[in-house]
Amino acid sequence: MIELQGIRKRFGEQVVLDGVDFIVQEGETVALLGPSGTGKSVLLKHIIGLIHPDSGNVLVDGLDVNRLNRHDLTALRTRIGYVFQNGALFDSMNVRENIRLGICDQKLFKDNDYVEERVADCLRLVNLQASVAKKFPAELSGGMRKRVGIARAIAGKPKYLLYDEPTSGLDPVNADIIDDLVKQLDTELGVTSVMVTHDVRGAFRVADRLALLSEGRIVLAGTQREFMESGNEKVRAFLERDFENRPIPA
Amino acid sequence: MQLLMRPVQLAGRLILTGLAHLGRFGMMVLEMIRVLPEWRIWVPRTITESYNIGVGSLPIVVVISGFAGAVTAFQAGYQWQSSLPLYVLGTLIVSTIVLELGPVLIGLVLSGRIGARYAAELGTMRVTEQIDALESLGRSPASHLIIPKVAAGFLMVPALVIVADLIAIGAGWWSIKQVLPMTNEDFTYGAQYYWRPFDGYYSVIKAFFFGGAIALISCYMGFNTKQGAEGVGKATTGAVVASSVVILIINAVLARILLN
Repeated sequence: MIELQGIRKRFGEQVVLDGVDFIVQEGETVALLGPSGTGKSVLLKHIIGLIHPDSGNVLVDGLDVNRLNRHDLTALRTRIGYVFQNGALFDSMNVRENIRLGICDQKLFKDNDYVEERVADCLRLVNLQASVAKKFPAELSGGMRKRVGIARAIAGKPKYLLYDEPTSGLDPVNADIIDDLVKQLDTELGVTSVMVTHDVRGAFRVADRLALLSEGRIVLAGTQREFMESGNEKVRAFLERDFENRPIPA
Repeated sequence: MQLLMRPVQLAGRLILTGLAHLGRFGMMVLEMIRVLPEWRIWVPRTITESYNIGVGSLPIVVVISGFAGAVTAFQAGYQWQSSLPLYVLGTLIVSTIVLELGPVLIGLVLSGRIGARYAAELGTMRVTEQIDALESLGRSPASHLIIPKVAAGFLMVPALVIVADLIAIGAGWWSIKQVLPMTNEDFTYGAQYYWRPFDGYYSVIKAFFFGGAIALISCYMGFNTKQGAEGVGKATTGAVVASSVVILIINAVLARILLN
């Protein structure tokens, strides 16, 4: 279980998170929605300890991420797969080496047979051909990079998967492919997922539960039905902007 | 009153910024020391990095040291007076190159070449979240990225300075014979007359410190890059400027300490 308790974070004078409380139960897929620049990615990075809050606690499996020593934080990170917005693939390494870095167990990392098998498995899971393994990130399209990023995140068989805007910058067809992939991985791997996105349609397709972040706070967390039926102005404004061609019933 | 406070505020801000840089730099060095036992990760990468900066910098080092040696010889010939024995020019050329010109000139050139490369590479990795990705995978950026670069700087800059010293002396030797009736015996006699083995060590010691300074400063600047492409540009320029200034400071300090 992931639990965020009263997270506050400011960069200089700008308050980004202003007391965020949020819980992700095991096995569920949660979409964290919000307009660009509201601190969704910042919040996601708190979960894996890449950013530390000014105040508040981040608990993962009961462990306070900000109080872990380096060894324990590293151990915790091996249980979390993080998919970065643009893949964040290492330019100097080919796809195989990128995915290999995701294998956290050092014995398995050095076992060439296991690495070959795991890379092939991960590529299959993200619907990429085995031949992609030899390519470098510069030779891949945007959608393929995102899929390789996902393959790297799942290579270590994580318990949690955190997606940072997995469909941003993609055309609708590729965005749908990634959304389907997220859903497929949740089913096949049984992971707990948190997906940061501003794509409401994608979130509705993929998530069990949604949360809207606005002005540094969670405005609403609930099911799709609760979102659709919400009378909260911020929720309605955000949904209507995305569903502008399909007005939400009152 | 406000006008009077402004310089104080500015000074305070500068001091705080300086302390913040010092703190972050110290943390980076501490992290490097902490992951030193992970030698299986950083040793192979150090070899690759050393090859890249060593072989990659060789052409520019050869060209610059060759011309620097030649110009030193031409200037020595220009200033020479017939009352002085010719062999003195051999002394002058070798001492100038080994003690000062070789290490400092090559240090400054490499601060541009290696420093810019390191800062731009790490800066780009920072703004494209590759460094965050490395950390999220439970791996230390220090052992994967910084130690190999710093170790390569410490190792390869002295090696390149030795090459530069030899080429510059050779170029100076050939050049002085073009402007004055100097024999090979005159040159080698003069070169050996005031030669102390410590001069060679001094050149290498300086290069060792220069290499370390270039690599550490550039890695620090690149690693702490902010604000996208503009930030990478700032980090790269900052790395070259800071490395160059620090090289000149180290040069003065080492001269005062070691040449007493």
